[in-house]
Amino acid sequence: MANQGNGTHNGNGAGLRLKTGLAEMLKGGVIMDVMSVAQARIAEEAGAVAVMALERVPAMIRAQGGVARMASPKLIKEIMAVATIPVMAKARIGHFAEAQVLQSLGVDFIDESEVLTPADEVYHIDKHAFTTPFVCGARNLGEALRRIAEGAAMIRTKGEPGTGDVVHAVQHMRQITREIKALTVLGDEELYNAAKIHGAPYELIRMVAKAGKLPVPNFSAGGIATPADASLMMQLGAETIFVGSGIFMKEGAIPLDIEDNANERAEAISRARAIVLATLHYDDPKIVSEASEAIIGSMKGLAAAAIEEKDLMQTRGW
Amino acid sequence: MDPKTPAIGVLALQGAFDVHARRLAALGAITTLVRKPGQLDTLDALVIPGGESTTFLKHLERAGFYDTLNAFVHIKPVFGTCAGCILLAKEVSNPHQPSFGVLDIAVERNAYGRQNDSAILTSETTLAGGPLEMVFIRAPRITRTGPNVRSLATRDGSPTLIRQGRLLAATFHPELTEDTRVHQLFLDLVREEMK
Repeated sequence: MANQGNGTHNGNGAGLRLKTGLAEMLKGGVIMDVMSVAQARIAEEAGAVAVMALERVPAMIRAQGGVARMASPKLIKEIMAVATIPVMAKARIGHFAEAQVLQSLGVDFIDESEVLTPADEVYHIDKHAFTTPFVCGARNLGEALRRIAEGAAMIRTKGEPGTGDVVHAVQHMRQITREIKALTVLGDEELYNAAKIHGAPYELIRMVAKAGKLPVPNFSAGGIATPADASLMMQLGAETIFVGSGIFMKEGAIPLDIEDNANERAEAISRARAIVLATLHYDDPKIVSEASEAIIGSMKGLAAAAIEEKDLMQTRGW
Repeated sequence: MDPKTPAIGVLALQGAFDVHARRLAALGAITTLVRKPGQLDTLDALVIPGGESTTFLKHLERAGFYDTLNAFVHIKPVFGTCAGCILLAKEVSNPHQPSFGVLDIAVERNAYGRQNDSAILTSETTLAGGPLEMVFIRAPRITRTGPNVRSLATRDGSPTLIRQGRLLAATFHPELTEDTRVHQLFLDLVREEMK
């Protein structure tokens, strides 16, 4: 499996620069989960920087159960055909064949995601073998650096998807930030031990210690549901916001009817616009307030603390 | 502080604003991240970075930003890369969208394909110092240039770096390479205009 990705290596250094380069272009924006062409249109019109094409958002996966897999290529193609912004799609953890399919479809970013049911309990995908960039979730610095070592071009803090409860997104962002800060004051001889403690390659540990930040952009996901949530995560150091179930869902893990119901359509548009506005002006409470006020309805959410350990998505991936 | 030090804004609605600001600061400019129209008042010049042009346009709809910025790009030095180049162009296709129309070019969005078609290429250039490395990411293509537009580098015959008086534009990302010549050219142009 020397070349899992079935793609041409654009020269290792060049490939990684192109991958992190696209991540750089997404900074300061909002990436929205979409399940249909109509939702993708609303996302782009509202000012999303990218859309994530999937069959069920995390709130639905959580409610319905079953095995969550890569979205149908047909759906992904339809969304790619209408969106002028980048289109991302999710592959199961370790499922490099799904990732090969996504690359062959030409998606702009692959999310190796804990939201889907993991396909491998030991190995993540060798992401260096692909020309398509990958984003991966992480709860702490060690996990982030292991994913980067495997070739991830972007990290997103995991949070707890499909809940509308931001508490774990906060916890994971604070954890990574705290661990990075701690590395920057270590002496050279201490970094070897830090690599052992974090379970991460020494070279990456050293790079983070010197730079005081991850070598790839760090975005935030998992439970972000309101403009103030987006502002909070940006102030805590997120460089972009992923919103999954927070825009197109209503009570009972059912999607808003944006095609036939004008009120529900307006509700989805208002939420999408508000999150985009609050992400840009995250440091201006007046504008975050204005964005919050413009929202019609809201996601009820599910307190992450009420979820049983075995039902958490964030613990998938290692 | 030297009163001649250029104050350059980087439009920070979204995208690669950080890397541009760091590069310009390293070359001796005072930089400001611009998120509100009022910030343009005190600036000598502006960089419009790469990102998603549709997102930029959405943000510009608010608080009279579009009109303020439109007035600015018609009188001050501006450097647009990728999405920034699209915003400055006279005509935009694939699909058609609003633009300031100050740069006499036609530009096609995502003209080379998707992310898998993104590439790092080298071009001969009229800039001193040899060939120029160009990082293209879901890049646009300039399909027509007016008589006052000078091409400084190309890709398969299409211009990739152009100058029209006090306006500079690139379809690639000079901020993602180590080569500082393009930003230096913009700074020189800004200093020239400030005289």
